[in-house]
Amino acid sequence: MNRIEKVFKKLKAQNEKAFIPYIMAGDPSLDKTKEIVLMFEECGADIVELGVPFTDPLADGPTIQRAAERALKNGVTLKKVIALVKDLRQKTKIPLVLMTYYNPVFKYGEERFIADAKDAGVDGVIIPDLPPDEAGKFTRLAKNAALASIFLLAPTSTDERIKKVASASTGFIYYVSITGITGAQLLLDDSIEKSIKGIRKISDKPVAVGFGISTPDEAKAVAGVSDGVIIGSAIVKKAQASSDKEFRGFLLTLREVIK
Amino acid sequence: MKKGYFGQYGGRFVPETLMPALIELEQAYLKYRKDKDFQKELAHLQKTYIGRPTSLYFAKRFTEHLGGAKVYLKREDLAHTGAHKINNALGQTLLAKRIGKKRIIAETGAGQHGVATATGAALIGLECDVYMGTQDMKRQALNVFRMRLLGARVLEVAVGSQTLKDAINESLRDWTTNVGTTHYVLGTVFGPHPFPSMVRDFQSIIGKEAKKQILQAEGRLPDYLVACVGGGSNAMGLFHEFLDDEIKMVGVEAGGKGIETGEHAARFAGGSVGVFQGCKTYLLQDDDGNILGTHSVSAGLDYAAVGPEHPFLKDMGRVEYTYATDDEALAAFELLSRKEGIIPALESAHAVAEAIKLAPKLSKDKIIIVNLSGRGDKDVQHVANIKGIEL
Ligand SMILES: Cc1ncc(COP(=O)(O)O)c(C=O)c1O
Repeated sequence: MNRIEKVFKKLKAQNEKAFIPYIMAGDPSLDKTKEIVLMFEECGADIVELGVPFTDPLADGPTIQRAAERALKNGVTLKKVIALVKDLRQKTKIPLVLMTYYNPVFKYGEERFIADAKDAGVDGVIIPDLPPDEAGKFTRLAKNAALASIFLLAPTSTDERIKKVASASTGFIYYVSITGITGAQLLLDDSIEKSIKGIRKISDKPVAVGFGISTPDEAKAVAGVSDGVIIGSAIVKKAQASSDKEFRGFLLTLREVIK
Repeated sequence: MKKGYFGQYGGRFVPETLMPALIELEQAYLKYRKDKDFQKELAHLQKTYIGRPTSLYFAKRFTEHLGGAKVYLKREDLAHTGAHKINNALGQTLLAKRIGKKRIIAETGAGQHGVATATGAALIGLECDVYMGTQDMKRQALNVFRMRLLGARVLEVAVGSQTLKDAINESLRDWTTNVGTTHYVLGTVFGPHPFPSMVRDFQSIIGKEAKKQILQAEGRLPDYLVACVGGGSNAMGLFHEFLDDEIKMVGVEAGGKGIETGEHAARFAGGSVGVFQGCKTYLLQDDDGNILGTHSVSAGLDYAAVGPEHPFLKDMGRVEYTYATDDEALAAFELLSRKEGIIPALESAHAVAEAIKLAPKLSKDKIIIVNLSGRGDKDVQHVANIKGIEL
C-alpha cells in the first residue's frame, strides 16, 4: 500500500481528518522549502503538497502565480524539485505529493518522470490540466510504480465525470471546493457537503478538499464534511509575510481545527 | 483518429471545472452545425452584416512589380471590423446565445479578435469582457478604444509576458470561475477540443468563397495558397476547402528579429511538441517545459504555440511552414500600400512578404492566393513609432 493510502486508512480508523498544507518549491529558495516541509511535519501535517513552478499556471490565482514567478527566477525546475524530495527523504517519511502542470512532465518524459519521482521518494502527483480523459498512459505508468495519481473533481462535475475521475484516482480524490482558481473566495454553504455526499455514493476513496480555504474556521467546516483539507494560497501568503514563529502558530491552529 | 485529435495533436488538457462546459459546447456545436435555422441566421448575417463574400482581388500592379506569378488577394480586410476574426466571433456569439449564456469573454492580441467579439456582443446583446496584455494595449491602442466604444470592458493583463498567451491564461481563469453564465469566445484554431475544429469551421467560409471566385476569374484552381499563422485561424480558414486539391500551401510564422536571435514566434522553426493551454501542439519552450517569451512586430502573431491542426498538416507534408522577419513584414506593409492602395495588417503583411519571395521564382502563368487577413489601420500608429515618426 502506498504511503498516502496508509495515512488515510489510519486516520479513518481513528476518526481523524488529514491536514494537507501546500508550498511552492523554491519560493523563496529550495533550502527554505526544505525547512518549511519539516516544519509542516512537526506541526502535525499528514501529507505535504509541493508545488512545481510553471510559467503559465492557469488554474492558479495571483498568490500562487507570484510564488511560481519567484521560484522560476531562482532557477527552480521539475528536476530540482525531484532532487529536493530525494534530499528531504534523508529526514522525513511524510507522504509528499507533487502538484505540477502537465507540460513540464511531458517534456521530462512521462516514463522517466515517474521512475525518477518514485526513486526520489515522491508518493503522488496532481496535474490540474491533465484530466483522466487524457491520462491513460500516465495513470497506467503511475499504477505500475505505485505512485498515486490524484485527479480533481469540481462543483461542475456531473455524475458521469465523478465516475471517471473517481475510478482513475489513486491515493485520494481532490475535490475543488469552488468553481474557480486557487486562492479565490470560498463560499461556505452546504454545497460542499452535498457534492461530497454525491461523490461518496459513487466511490469509497478518500476525498480531500482544497482551493480557497484560508481561515481556521473554513478549515474546520470543510474537515467536518470530508477526509482532508488542503490549504495552499493562505499558507503561501503566510509563509511570505510572517515570522517563523507566527507561521508555526498558524499551522498549529490549522492542525488543531482539522479533525 | 481519436476524437478531438489531429493525428497526435489536439486533445483537451484543461482543469476538471471546465470539462463539463467543453463537453456541452461540443454537443451544442455538433447540433447547430446541422441546424437549418442557425445556419440560415449565420448566413444572413455573414451577408448583410459582415459583408460577405469578401472579394478576391487580382493585384495587378503588385504582380507586375514582382514579375512572376499572378497574385490574388482574398480581401478579409474588407470584412466588417477589418479582419477575418469576425467570422468566428459572430459564429460563436450566436452559439453562446443559443446555449443560454449571458456573458462572453475573449482574449486578444492585435485587438482584432477583441473588436470582433465586442461587435458580436453588441449585435446580439450580450455582456462582453476582453482580456489583453499590457504590451499589446500599448501597441494596439486604437483597438482598445474601439472595444470600449462598442461597450466591452477591456481588462488589462499585467502578468507574465503581458501579451496574448497571458491574456489566454486570464480568459481561461475567468471562464473557470464564471463557467455557468459565460462563454469563452476563443479567437483562433487553438485550445481544447472543440475549439480548433469549431473555429476552423466558422473560418472555412474564406476558402469556400475563394475557390468559387478563382474558378470564376481564372477557370482553374490556384497553384499556391499563402497565409500568416498566429494561432492559425485565417490559414485554416483558407486552406481547409483546398486540402484535397493538388495545390501547394504555405503558412507564414513570425520570424521576429531572426530565428538565431531567439526573439521570434516561429514555433515550427524554433519549437517542439508540448502541451499548452488545452492542447498538444508545437510550442516554444525551454528544456524544462516552461514556455518561452516570444517577439513579433505584429501582436497577432506574437504567440508561443500554434493550433494543433497545423503540426498535423506539417507532418503529413500537406502544408509547408516558413517565416517572415519583422523587417520583411514591414517592407511588405509598405510595398502593398504603394502598389495597390491596400494597407495590410502587420499580421497579413507576413503572408505578403512570402508572396514577395515566392512570386518572382514562379512563371507568369502560375497563380498565388494570399489571404489578406486584415487591414492595417490599427498598425499605422505603431509603424510610425518604429520609423521614428511622431503623429
Ligand atoms: C489581421 C490578423 N491576421 C492574422 C491574425 C493571426 O491569427 P490567426 O493565425 O488565428 O489567423 C490576427 C490575430 O490577431 C489578425 O488580427
